[in-house]
Amino acid sequence: MSEQAVRKVKNVPMEEFVTVKIAGQLFGLPISRVQDVFMLKDMTEVPLTIPEVAGVLNLRGRIVTAIDMRKRLGLPARADGEPAMAVGIEMDRESFGLVIDRIGDVLHLPINDFDANPVNLDPRWKSVAQSIFMLENELLVLLDVDRVLDLGDREVAA
Amino acid sequence: MDDLLQEFLTETVESLDVVDVELVKFEQDPNNEGILANIFRLVHTIKGTCGFLGLPRLGALAHAAETLMGKYRDGSPVTGEGVSLILQTIDRLKEILEVLEEQQAEPEGADDDLIDLLDKMSLGEQAAAVAPAPAQPVAADPALGEMPEVGDPVLNIVQRELKPGEVTLEDLERAFNEAPGPDDFAAPQPEADLVAANDIQEPVPAAAPAPVVSEVVAEKPADAPIAEKRSTADRRKQERRTEAAPKGAVKNQTIRVSVETLEQLMTMVSELVLTRNQLLEMVRKHDDSEFKGPLQRLSNVTAELQEGVMKTRMQPIGNAWQKLPRIVRDLSLSLDKKIDLEMIGAETELDRQVLELIKDPLTHMVRNSADHGLEANSDRVMLGKPEIGKIVLSAYHEGGQIIIKIVDDGRGIDAEKLKAKIVERGLASEDELSRMSEGQVQKFIFHPGFSMAKEVTAVSGRGVGMDVVRTNIELIGGTVDMTSVVGKGTSFIIKIPLTLAIVSALIIEVSGQRFAIPQLSVIELVRTHGEAGHTIEMINDTPVLRLRNKLLPLIYLNKQLNLEPSAEVAERKAGKEFVIVTQVGSQIFGVVVDSVFHTEEIVVKPMSNMLREITMFSGNTILGDGSVIMIIDPNGIAQNVAADAGAQAAVAAQEKENVSNDQADLTTLLVFTAGSKELKAVPLSLVTRLEEIDVTKIEHSNGRDLVQYRGKLMPLVCLDGYDRTSMAGKTRQPILVFTDEDRSMGLVVDQIVDIVEDRLVIEIQSDVAGVLGSAVIRESATELIDVAHYLPMAFDDWLIRQDRKGAVNVQKNLNLLRVDDSAFFRNMLAPLLGSAGYHVTLAASGAEALALKDRGIVFDLIVSDIEMPGMTGIEFAEQLKFDADWGDTPIIALSSHAEPEIIKKSKDAGFHEYIGKFDREGLVETLREVRVGMEEAS
Repeated sequence: MSEQAVRKVKNVPMEEFVTVKIAGQLFGLPISRVQDVFMLKDMTEVPLTIPEVAGVLNLRGRIVTAIDMRKRLGLPARADGEPAMAVGIEMDRESFGLVIDRIGDVLHLPINDFDANPVNLDPRWKSVAQSIFMLENELLVLLDVDRVLDLGDREVAA
Repeated sequence: MDDLLQEFLTETVESLDVVDVELVKFEQDPNNEGILANIFRLVHTIKGTCGFLGLPRLGALAHAAETLMGKYRDGSPVTGEGVSLILQTIDRLKEILEVLEEQQAEPEGADDDLIDLLDKMSLGEQAAAVAPAPAQPVAADPALGEMPEVGDPVLNIVQRELKPGEVTLEDLERAFNEAPGPDDFAAPQPEADLVAANDIQEPVPAAAPAPVVSEVVAEKPADAPIAEKRSTADRRKQERRTEAAPKGAVKNQTIRVSVETLEQLMTMVSELVLTRNQLLEMVRKHDDSEFKGPLQRLSNVTAELQEGVMKTRMQPIGNAWQKLPRIVRDLSLSLDKKIDLEMIGAETELDRQVLELIKDPLTHMVRNSADHGLEANSDRVMLGKPEIGKIVLSAYHEGGQIIIKIVDDGRGIDAEKLKAKIVERGLASEDELSRMSEGQVQKFIFHPGFSMAKEVTAVSGRGVGMDVVRTNIELIGGTVDMTSVVGKGTSFIIKIPLTLAIVSALIIEVSGQRFAIPQLSVIELVRTHGEAGHTIEMINDTPVLRLRNKLLPLIYLNKQLNLEPSAEVAERKAGKEFVIVTQVGSQIFGVVVDSVFHTEEIVVKPMSNMLREITMFSGNTILGDGSVIMIIDPNGIAQNVAADAGAQAAVAAQEKENVSNDQADLTTLLVFTAGSKELKAVPLSLVTRLEEIDVTKIEHSNGRDLVQYRGKLMPLVCLDGYDRTSMAGKTRQPILVFTDEDRSMGLVVDQIVDIVEDRLVIEIQSDVAGVLGSAVIRESATELIDVAHYLPMAFDDWLIRQDRKGAVNVQKNLNLLRVDDSAFFRNMLAPLLGSAGYHVTLAASGAEALALKDRGIVFDLIVSDIEMPGMTGIEFAEQLKFDADWGDTPIIALSSHAEPEIIKKSKDAGFHEYIGKFDREGLVETLREVRVGMEEAS
């Protein structure tokens, strides 16, 4: 089913998703959770912290904790000089930025047509992926934002 | 929640707190009508409002309490039970209020128990008892008090220390009392002492407030009684004035603002400060910017605004003390101790956030003072102190900090008792303690898990003690210190910052990253040089800096933060480092950083939860240039320092234990060099201190080098063959100090190399005087120095110098018991005896030796001192003479006395030989003979 086709179907509950690219893979985030998208610059690294925390930065007077999504997903680090962007998320009155490679379109997708995670998915991915949507050309991994930011236990272990 | 109810709750809780305090005051001063009137009015107000809001339980309780207080006001004698009962009632009221706040309804239940007791007491205490009336709801609207109150003369009445609502309510009440109405109830009159001869309280219809309002606002003589009432009110105004005077000037030109609004305001101001800083930073780059003038104004206004907003967050510290009189009163009852609590400076203001955080520590400390600080009254009398123990709590501002002192005149902290406890808990060894000053020992009460109370009482001594207090205070950037004089009392001094939100911080750089360090904990900045002056030195890879004759432990911030030192920076610095001398509590250390920039007022922003685990940071902030930097928490660094030191101390303690368990096998040795490159060593247990003296302070007298040390002259001794002139070339001279009793000797050395613990096996005996022999220590050949050789050089009468000792063939280890009360001599001879082929066990007294015997341990030889406290050597020998196990063991006396009489006496007692303490050769010879004799016998 093409996107256009999906959109034409009436009475199907739809939701909007912000799509992002991380190491070539397409991910989706519920638009309701995304506050803003910004360029990553003047970031301050935080010593002694977990590797997933890329640093902290000032976004219009707020201090945002940047989470390196590549690290979070166990992917190789971005090559030097490649520009990075971040998706602003708010949780428990704190601001976070998910560091991604590139921002994509906003897609309207029928929420009932998402597939469950394949059983053979990497456990690391499984822990943050909510479900999968099969687009015409590629697969979209829907991220569970709360679980992406749930680094607490790991921190204690580390 | 219903606004009215919310307001009622807030006000009532506050009123009850005041009642708490006032009641305790009242109990001590039952004749003070002012206090009573105040209490009475507060309770009365609560009662009245309860009736209005339809809260029967609260109303009934308040009423019963009020009735009892009415009796007191009418002249009944005030009793402790009565006050306790009222306090109990207050507690019950608070409980109900708590539930009320949660559920917005009174909890189910009855308070007949309390009410009955209160009623009984009221009845019993008044001859002409007026039957306590049932709760009489008084229709009154507290909101009326919020009426504009400007310009009306009558308003002077309400312009006293009360909340507007309460005042008007009372005025209402008064008006009601005098208004015509049915006389159904005879109730105690709230203002009976003031409204003379009017003891009737009439229930008033809910509409009644109206006339009063008109009285207050419009001054319209609505009806005769009220107009008439006016003169009374005016008169009373006078009385009330005098009454209110001591309570201070808290006029009610105030409004209630929710804490949330203030917090938000504070955040906005913080943002404003940041933006201003950013602008300043920008303008700084352009010399003649037209923005300069306006920006300066903006800057000033911002500063003032910041100050103003900060002020709104300020609260008198008295708010944190409010509960203390009550707590102390209850304590004094349960401990049966009379305690006088004095509070000074309750009006000192500090940030409410800080206030919240110090409330509990303060309460805990006052409890501590009351419980274990103060002696029982009878003990105090015996000690000639005033019977009633005193705790003085005071607060004042000093240089951006608030100082809180808690001083008691109790028993003080007994350092000796404390030491026993410290050793018992394994927090430090006796050796370590003996090197500490009394003050240092006393500070152990801040050690985790340390509780001074002999037994756990209901009040304190539950193991969560002063360490928690200290942690809490340090968490808010404060410090706590203590001084104590045995028999005189203890004082605690707490220093805390006024606010936590905006702090002055030093911006520093390490490994290319910037950080902020709060200025409060920074004492000074020191720049080290590659050459002379301040140089970083190492002790076993631990960096230290000599700073004004003190050793400052250094911490490299990059190591603490796990940052790679950049090679470029290292090159640029070339041994020149910035050291930030930091103080946390009593701990002072230096933090080595790459660069120091400037100080900046920073707004502390809480860190993300994700980063909160990192104890090295206390928060983060946005700098003027817009970048985010982390704020270093000096406490975090101090903890890391202490953790390292603690681990070392634990290892040291463990090692010590091993030594005492297996003393002859492992010896801790101090390795040093003196004169030549060869390593030399002495048993560490012989060394009292390592000192460094100023060469210019060395004096010469009678052919010796002397130095003034601790108020006495201490002779300096050089090792044989040591070139004394080499001292002249130095400015400071390290020495080893040996002390026995009150005499000290300094041994001149070049460098302290290490302290090692090793099996001491002297492999090669030495023929050189002053050297016991050579041993392999940590895989290096080391000369073991014979301290006994040098001691007589310092004091002729200490030990008489002997030139050589006979060589002993070491064949088989014999077990030797060494009994001597002097630790110095005990230890001193151990290496010597060891080198003579004996396995030495040490005992500090005859009793200790006999204990070994009882354990069935057998020795080949006993060497005992004669003069010992308790059991003398003679007595000891006599005890052994006919003993089944030890009777045959040869026993040698070792004494500094050589009178024939004593020698004879000791021989009679059973000693086989008598050797002078100084006669090392004689001892060695005797030991050899004994040995040979034994070998022949076997």
